[in-house]
Amino acid sequence: MKLALPTLRKNRVKKKWTGRRVTLTISGWIIGLIFISPYIEMLVTSVKPKREITAIPTAYLPTEWTWHNYIEVWTKIPLLGYIKSSFFIALMATLIVLILAIPAAYYSARNKFRGRTLFLLLVLVTQMFSPTALVIGIFREIVKFHLVDTYLALILVYAAFNMAFSIWILSSFFASIPVEIEEAAWIDGATRMQTLRKIILPLAIPGVVTAFIFTFIAAWNEFVIALTITSSVNHQPLTVGLTSLIGQYQVQWNFLFTGSLIAIVPVVILFAAIEKYLVGGLTAGSVK
Amino acid sequence: MATTKLRKSKFGALPWIGPAILMIFVMVLWPAIEMIRTSFQNVNSTGKVVGWSGITNYKDLMHNPDLPSIMVRTLLWVVIVTFFTIIISLPAAQILHQKFPGRRLVRYALIVPWAASVVMTSTSWKWILDGYYGILNRILTDLHIISEPVDWLGTPNQAFIWLIVVAVFVSVPFTSYVILAGLTTVPDDILEASSIDGANPWTRYRFIIFPLLRPALLVSAVINLINVFNSFPIIWIMTTGGPGYATDTTTTLAYKISFRDQNIGQSASMATINFGIILIFILIFLKVSKWKEATE
Repeated sequence: MKLALPTLRKNRVKKKWTGRRVTLTISGWIIGLIFISPYIEMLVTSVKPKREITAIPTAYLPTEWTWHNYIEVWTKIPLLGYIKSSFFIALMATLIVLILAIPAAYYSARNKFRGRTLFLLLVLVTQMFSPTALVIGIFREIVKFHLVDTYLALILVYAAFNMAFSIWILSSFFASIPVEIEEAAWIDGATRMQTLRKIILPLAIPGVVTAFIFTFIAAWNEFVIALTITSSVNHQPLTVGLTSLIGQYQVQWNFLFTGSLIAIVPVVILFAAIEKYLVGGLTAGSVK
Repeated sequence: MATTKLRKSKFGALPWIGPAILMIFVMVLWPAIEMIRTSFQNVNSTGKVVGWSGITNYKDLMHNPDLPSIMVRTLLWVVIVTFFTIIISLPAAQILHQKFPGRRLVRYALIVPWAASVVMTSTSWKWILDGYYGILNRILTDLHIISEPVDWLGTPNQAFIWLIVVAVFVSVPFTSYVILAGLTTVPDDILEASSIDGANPWTRYRFIIFPLLRPALLVSAVINLINVFNSFPIIWIMTTGGPGYATDTTTTLAYKISFRDQNIGQSASMATINFGIILIFILIFLKVSKWKEATE
């Protein structure tokens, strides 16, 4: 037996390239390539020198890779301002979501209270609402509150519309932690708030991180409400600021895509980190 | 059990869930009510309400000569995009479920369109499809598929087809991941038993895997219907609903009527109809997601 084991292992590592496996690998790689291709074109365009962008016919690759564009972009368009706006708005919205969602999720995961079903229904229904569908109502409300062209307006809207996902995902994480762990602390005189902070939250870190990243990215990527509510350059987030370049007389595609990639890359990395928790949260736990 | 009872505050659930509910009421439900109310009001172009107007806004909207074709297009948009999204996601998920060298990388590649801002993805596609400088014209010319550059987004039918392509492109990643999650629930022993019984891969897929995937498929289909119906950035960035109204859906039309034509009352009536349709989709979602079981 002891002698047989290593050979078995070896067979497993060195899989034979059967026809089926070759087809599988090639189709897998083609799928990957298709879904990354628009971003490769973004990258290629972002390092083209200016004269080659408007050359006809378009060249597949730049004659010289102008990485210098990534330095120049900061002085050519107000990119830093857009990033600051996006970052501040997304961070504030995310913090508000966590501060409000954690207690709500904890309580509804631990207690059967009157109206619990109704509360969860409200959460689920509003998770399906998108700001796009309500943009006219949101705009009229923001006008009433005198919040047009402010960060606060966007922070409040993003916090409210992403509350549901966070409550939902946190609640399922909290519910999976055995109540016995807390009960011992309660007997020792700890309050519910204390057990939530000291015992539950540390155990539910993946859930909190997922809620944080998801909300942050949703706010970072949002477009319709930002387009409607912000008008001044120093309040515009990335999505609105960068696309406003398209409207200009001469579109600076290389800088537009340089900025876009700077905005996309960190978000993709964060998203990949929470990928395995997302599906359950987005489908109300019906698919896990 | 006694300890939990002891620790219940006299305010009950309110201090815990109240703030979140308040936030949802003020920033989500209030705008919804405000929008529905506005649809029955007469609003002048500066945004001032000058009185109730009954159903005049709805009547005026129905007299919009472009509306019938936009409604048909919206239906096509939602159905075609959702259909192709699922048709492509099913085999994609099946492939990503198998082991092959580089699978992790391919999975990460599929995440990119899901995580990246749809606005920026659409901008890239707009550039790829550009009539003068776009790479697509170059590729198709080199392959001798077209003899001269085509203005893809400038001709109504071509533009609509490309919008559908991009909408499917951004919807497939999420859908594939939902189906992938569904595939992991298919028990291995059932599959092994069936292959011992001599089931070929296709019958195995048709009669064992596919039925088990039904919940994942239904849920992702309804979520896609809602997302695609609400989809705004793709159309707005690539064509702004143009040329004319040739690629508008009821969602972009509602936006155009209020923020370009300054006709807020009429726009609110369009948006209210859209909202009603979304509510119907949500009811279907509640039905197929069996959410109550998940909350128990």
